Amino acid sequence: MSHLLEILGQEPYWSFVRIGLFLVGVASFVGANAAYLVWCERKIAAYVQRRPGPMEVGPQGLLQPIADAFKLFAKQVLVPPGADALLFRLAPVLIMTAAMLSFVAIPYGAALSPTSIDLGLLAVFAFASINVMALMLGAWASRNKFAIISAARVVSQNIAYEIPMLLTIVTIVLMSGTMNLGEIVTKQGGWIWHWNIFQWQHNPLVVLSFLTFFICMLAETNRAPFDMAESESELVAGAFTEYAGMSFGVFFMAEYANIVIGCSLATVLFLGGWNLGLGSFLASVPAWAGALIGLGAFFAKLYALIFTVIWIRWTFPRTQFYGLLNLSWKILIPVSLVTLWVTSFLLKVI
Amino acid sequence: MLLTKEQALARSTHSVGGPNETFVLNLGPQHPATHGVLRVKLTMDGEFIQRAEPVCGYIHRMHEKMGENRNYTQFLPNTSRLDYLSAMQYTHAWVGVVEKACKIEVPERAEYIRVITSELNRIASHLVGWGAWVMDLGGFTPILYAFDDREKILDLMEHICGARLTFCYYRFGGVANDVDDVFVQGTKDFVPYMRERMKMYKKLVTENIILRKRIEGIGMISQDMCRRYGACGPVLRGSGINYDVRRAEPYSIYKRFDYEIPVYHECDSMARYLVRMDEIEQSLRIIEQAIAAMPEGPFVAPKVPKIVKVPAGDYTYATEAARGRFMIRLVSDGSDTPYRVKLRTPCLANLSLFEESSAGMLLPDALAFMGSLDLVIPDIDR
Repeated sequence: MSHLLEILGQEPYWSFVRIGLFLVGVASFVGANAAYLVWCERKIAAYVQRRPGPMEVGPQGLLQPIADAFKLFAKQVLVPPGADALLFRLAPVLIMTAAMLSFVAIPYGAALSPTSIDLGLLAVFAFASINVMALMLGAWASRNKFAIISAARVVSQNIAYEIPMLLTIVTIVLMSGTMNLGEIVTKQGGWIWHWNIFQWQHNPLVVLSFLTFFICMLAETNRAPFDMAESESELVAGAFTEYAGMSFGVFFMAEYANIVIGCSLATVLFLGGWNLGLGSFLASVPAWAGALIGLGAFFAKLYALIFTVIWIRWTFPRTQFYGLLNLSWKILIPVSLVTLWVTSFLLKVI
Repeated sequence: MLLTKEQALARSTHSVGGPNETFVLNLGPQHPATHGVLRVKLTMDGEFIQRAEPVCGYIHRMHEKMGENRNYTQFLPNTSRLDYLSAMQYTHAWVGVVEKACKIEVPERAEYIRVITSELNRIASHLVGWGAWVMDLGGFTPILYAFDDREKILDLMEHICGARLTFCYYRFGGVANDVDDVFVQGTKDFVPYMRERMKMYKKLVTENIILRKRIEGIGMISQDMCRRYGACGPVLRGSGINYDVRRAEPYSIYKRFDYEIPVYHECDSMARYLVRMDEIEQSLRIIEQAIAAMPEGPFVAPKVPKIVKVPAGDYTYATEAARGRFMIRLVSDGSDTPYRVKLRTPCLANLSLFEESSAGMLLPDALAFMGSLDLVIPDIDR
């Protein structure tokens, strides 16, 4: 309490207001973004599959997400008999809360960060791990055999992809020297070759690091080709089999929120975050314009990555469950370990 | 409140784990991977299958019994509803057995039309089987591409016989009506179009590393197993046995065409996949030759009676349907209705080996394997 008063007494005492504002912003952003990412995904899928996609509700089906939301809200949330009602209801809340909290640490622009946390990267990963726990709890609590198989998959999958992911993160932290996401972006300022993905002199294998991170991010967000938790052609709907109405909708929104977080992290860690990569161009324009351009650059990179995620889903079949484990343990972990060794050697020894 | 061990055991909804604990998982009759109302009762050890017991009968319609109480012409549409994806070859078997029994001569042109439509139907069927299988493996896009191509075939079929799925185009002694230039030209255009598409499918799907990892070495069916269960069609040819009814017991005019029977010796799901893909190419070859050689003339034999009466006797006729050997055994007592119709369908034979092959498999592998059998459920139950 005294700590709280101390902060409130300080000059930027409005930092709480700021976090509050950002949380409201994030909540609305996550909702609207999830709804319209579904629309985008359906349109992109339709484009890939040579069909028009949603067309009926609104022009080009633009109001389809709203109609879907109404449908989900109108449906009853059933708790199957024999299920653990508390955990069953808690799981969607848990997954959504964790997803929203992660947004607090992500810097969208030079002046557009909810809060600057020195261990921001760690915080995001701490929240991201709740994702798996919530999925497992929901699947387990729903007392459905398909869901339980899915829960078992989620957990063993989690162990496999989190290790290479964290090893890659450690490599980036070594290169940047900080875990503050805002500072990581600031260090990539300047020209395009200052972005981490082009920092060959520190880490000659940085492209591999990026690929490792991206693959693990796909697995983390349960996206194809690693959507073993859902795998609708094998496990009906996997962990979500018993969920109906908005409790399923929340899981669905959390999935998209997690994709945004994963792609934001990839942007921040590898692609220079809000940096445009045009030298001191951003400094030469007025501050408000610079902030806007930075925000635009961030979102352009973010949505390019999200597009790739969607594109992959509609192109590839699903991997087998042990396929991901083999990939992780036999390829990704050795690669990320070697990258880590090389980077630490180059940075600390030479 | 602390529970004693017995109380805890009594209260727990799940049995307390022992090393040999298994559970029963009902795959179907409403499950996305069974594509119909097939039920497979799985005894699972974790995600490993100990025993997979197919339970049939959910869509049993007594087609064989129906054959005994309706006349020969009336039973003709029934045959197109067994394996609705390869209706042409099925109706071919029925008209074939009646023509054989009544010694009806089929005009040249009708035979050519039958070969062309049967092979088009085979391509359409393989496209659906392929697309649905890749969808089981999690790739959603190929089925829509396949349906796009199949649409072209269905449009051609609709043009000549009005139906788009359960074609009932063949008649005793010929076909229902003649093909016109639109059909002939459409078929001629379709062949090169489909060849281009096959190249794309090869690049996009067949050579995809994820797909190959999913189906290579999965679902081994030995030649011995094929013989014991009477497996047929691409399942048999994927196990290295060169048996195709079109070659082994040639019917219609298949002897006249130059084509190959694709055979792969790997015995795995990938082999069956490749057999189907190659068969599409071979069917295109047959269509190309048949369209070029199709003579003018009548399309149906003259003087086929309205009510067919088959001389008393025991007749069989087999065709190579898209999923394998379809045979009809017809016992006639000389009246206008059959005494007994026995339908030997390929899917039942192919499903029966599922139990033996899938023991010890992981659930996703078993479903990939089931997809490789390309089952059509109404064909199993009849």
